[in-house]
Amino acid sequence: MSPTDRAPGGLMREPDPTGRFGDFGGRYVPESLVAACMELEQEFRVAWADPAFHAEFEHILSSYGGRPTPVTECARLSEQLGVRVLLKREDLAHTGSHKLNNVIGQTLLTRRMGKGRVLAETGAGQHGVATATAAALFGLECLVFMGEVDVERQALNVFRMRLLGAEVRTVTSGSRTLKDAVNEALREWVACVETTHYCLGSVMGPHPYPWMVRELQRIVGDEARDQCRQILGGADPDYVVACVGGGSNAAGTFAGFVDTPARLVGVEAAGGAAIGHGVPGVVHGMKSFFLQDEAGQILEAHSISAGLDYPGIGPEHAQLAAAGRAEYPQVGDAEVLEAFQLLSRTEGIIPAFESAHALAWVVREARWAIPAGATVMITLSGRGDKDAAQAMEHLG
Amino acid sequence: MSAAPAGPGLLETALRAGRDAGRKLLVPYFTAGLGDWTEALHAAAGAGADAIEVGIPFSDPVIDGPTIQEASTRALQAGATPDGILDTLARTEPGVPLVAMTYYNVIFRGGHRRIAASLVRAGVSGAIIPDLPLDEVGDWAAAADLAGVETVLLAAPTTPDERLPAICARSRGFVYGVGLMGVTGERATLAASATVMAKRLRAVTDKPVLVGVGVSTPEQAVEVCAEADGVAVGSAVVRRMLDGGGPEGAAELIGSFRAALDRG
Ligand SMILES: Cc1ncc(COP(=O)(O)O)c(C=O)c1O
Repeated sequence: MSPTDRAPGGLMREPDPTGRFGDFGGRYVPESLVAACMELEQEFRVAWADPAFHAEFEHILSSYGGRPTPVTECARLSEQLGVRVLLKREDLAHTGSHKLNNVIGQTLLTRRMGKGRVLAETGAGQHGVATATAAALFGLECLVFMGEVDVERQALNVFRMRLLGAEVRTVTSGSRTLKDAVNEALREWVACVETTHYCLGSVMGPHPYPWMVRELQRIVGDEARDQCRQILGGADPDYVVACVGGGSNAAGTFAGFVDTPARLVGVEAAGGAAIGHGVPGVVHGMKSFFLQDEAGQILEAHSISAGLDYPGIGPEHAQLAAAGRAEYPQVGDAEVLEAFQLLSRTEGIIPAFESAHALAWVVREARWAIPAGATVMITLSGRGDKDAAQAMEHLG
Repeated sequence: MSAAPAGPGLLETALRAGRDAGRKLLVPYFTAGLGDWTEALHAAAGAGADAIEVGIPFSDPVIDGPTIQEASTRALQAGATPDGILDTLARTEPGVPLVAMTYYNVIFRGGHRRIAASLVRAGVSGAIIPDLPLDEVGDWAAAADLAGVETVLLAAPTTPDERLPAICARSRGFVYGVGLMGVTGERATLAASATVMAKRLRAVTDKPVLVGVGVSTPEQAVEVCAEADGVAVGSAVVRRMLDGGGPEGAAELIGSFRAALDRG
């Protein structure tokens, strides 16, 4: 059985030929980029059907990337919350987050397309670090755009990218966060599309990115499902929870569980809740939900976590929400800081601020909404080292 | 894809007439909501513009370089909105066809039919939406055709030959050849790709072919017009407005393009 045969109701399969998931997705890019998107789609289609590509992808992720990452059962936290908590440990992947999976896949494609350079946008810096890492591994040139606000709050990751040989370009326009880094990356891509691959960091952007990035990240969900069944005696978790920025770790996770009875929960930052507070729109190459005013001007998102500080969400999540298959609640910065400390103290695991959003929802809901003894699988998308300096400011 | 409307609209008719009279076409771009922009439209028409692109500012203009980004930001900060701009335009008659240039989210959010009707009411003949390529234009183009708004499509240096005829067939008003691979902005020299682009388009269409993006001086305009029917000039004009040159400064610049193109 191929992984894409599992989902009922057509959810989390291939988008239609125009790159749509239901009403969402598409390829809304300047004409200059259309040919490159078509080339990438074709390249990915062929590669993804090629067992040799999968073999190389999985070999690199295991021999270099540290896969499979374990699922950890959290005894002390479970006792405290009254629900059984399992963590999918993407924090233990090389470079410290799930972002490496996507980037290894895309750099393999870059090589197949004969391009010698990659460019990327980054918010928290984790996608930038992953891209810089893969570029070093494959001998590619690497340019990363990062908003000025994020350069300040994620100084450690800026240093890591430079150490890895990447050029980090500070973006000073707009909100000076992830949204504007995407704008600059797109502008740069238009100027060098013939020699450079845009290594987009989440399940967003024009077709084929949302589909391709979900497929490259489904390894998270596929592993987790098998691991959970081992731990739960063949059963699936009752809840599967992941944080949502663009939505790549959530999409990869959900892909593994969409055909199970598990409730799928994507947790948004309250200040960047595209499904919670947004309306349909078309930005960054895709039709999806965006925070915007009545005139269609995109609003700035605000979150303690740079990786969730984005006013949009990947189109497939918009479809999952519309179909009622996944829910997208929000948590605020204060709850996130609490969850950040709670996991650190009860389990000895310091989560990324982004991942602490998923945890914060579970902590809150376990008090009243999640039945006692229910099993909850949370994707811990990354580790908190990058957030230590910022946490010090908040926690003293 | 929707069928072609009955015949050429106002914009295409005007541009064809200019071209057939042996004139090279000049289409300057202004960011609406910036400074004395409505006066600038009159001044531009007086200085010899054949049509004028009116940029409706958007918060995330991904195909624009620093100059037009700055103009958009300033206009938005000054309170510019699509409805406000179109209301103002409805009271402005520069005497040449107007083409709105904006990003798709502004139209999608405003509603296809409502925006198409507002453009017509404001006296705007055409629309350029750079992030709405041929494959996605259908829904909007249907509403635009019905309302009589001519949707101009863009062709880029990376557009494969096989795709050009479909773009030209669906484009209304004129065909916009993107002169180079990159964002809008002034360039010291004309990219070789600009003339190639014009040549490729002229080989597949009889519609007026204008080249824009990176055409920043009268000399460059003359150079590209060896192959193209005309030019769109954006950043150089907007730079004048940002630098405080006002409508007179912009008109002076447009006049120098006009003179150079007429000299040939
Ligand atoms: C650790 C971590 N988790 C989650 C995210 C959010 O991205 P996505 O929603 O694509 O997983 C980021 C983004 O920077 C991140 O660094």
